[in-house]
Amino acid sequence: MPTLTRSFVKASLIALILGLVAGIWPQIPGAAITGLFPIYLHLLTFGWLTQLIFGIAIWMFPVYSKEHPRGPEWLGWSIFACLNLGLLLRVIFEPLQGISPSTFGGWMLVLAAVLQWLAGVGFIANVWTRVRGK
Amino acid sequence: MPRLSRFFIRASLVYLFLGFTFGALILANKGILFAPLVWALLPAHIELMFLGWMTQLALGVAFWILPRLGSSTPRGDERWSWAAFILVNLGILVLVLSPLAGIPWLGLLARALQTLGFAAFALGNWQRIYPPKFPNIKGSI
Repeated sequence: MPTLTRSFVKASLIALILGLVAGIWPQIPGAAITGLFPIYLHLLTFGWLTQLIFGIAIWMFPVYSKEHPRGPEWLGWSIFACLNLGLLLRVIFEPLQGISPSTFGGWMLVLAAVLQWLAGVGFIANVWTRVRGK
Repeated sequence: MPRLSRFFIRASLVYLFLGFTFGALILANKGILFAPLVWALLPAHIELMFLGWMTQLALGVAFWILPRLGSSTPRGDERWSWAAFILVNLGILVLVLSPLAGIPWLGLLARALQTLGFAAFALGNWQRIYPPKFPNIKGSI
């Protein structure tokens, strides 16, 4: 399994654990935080499921070329960085905006949105030409 | 990769793009309010991500890698799976576009199309889910 895929899979497992913790939190009496439910959902669907799919697809889909079987290395790592940095910003600033809204926090959410979108576009660019016959 | 898997996977990537774009707009709008109407994209975002992206990718990969049948039709009667592709995608498109049409029963029609589509996929690939066969070992492993 290539290093990039191992990073995706391990990060997805961390997101799974964090997502489950975010699910436990509101069950504690008096500990509910506004903005935590979207975090719970996105840690599980984006951080866990989508990230796991990205990692495995980059590894297992038909090769890109002989020289770069899994596509350009820089693109793979950029997808990984954008996905996890975007998710981290969201995990930090979405609940913070619920507790104490600020312009800075608002812009951090915009940045999180852009980074996550770039991760998706990067993944599509990586695998689109690899979806082919023999 | 068979042709139908390519169709399923490429369609799932298109939905991934649309779903991520809608999601990014919603999140950015949460940070800096620029268009309250963006919230109307939330049902489409959920639909595109769960059924359009994840489930359809799973169907495409399953059609590709499930064990093949040892016959002239290694992936069974492919008409079932082609029907699944058409019905599921029609269902997703109808559901995403139904709020624009304002016809209440379109949502019901969309869910019915999706259900028929997934049922067709299950029927068409049911026989391909079998244990590995080794000639010297009796029974399944």
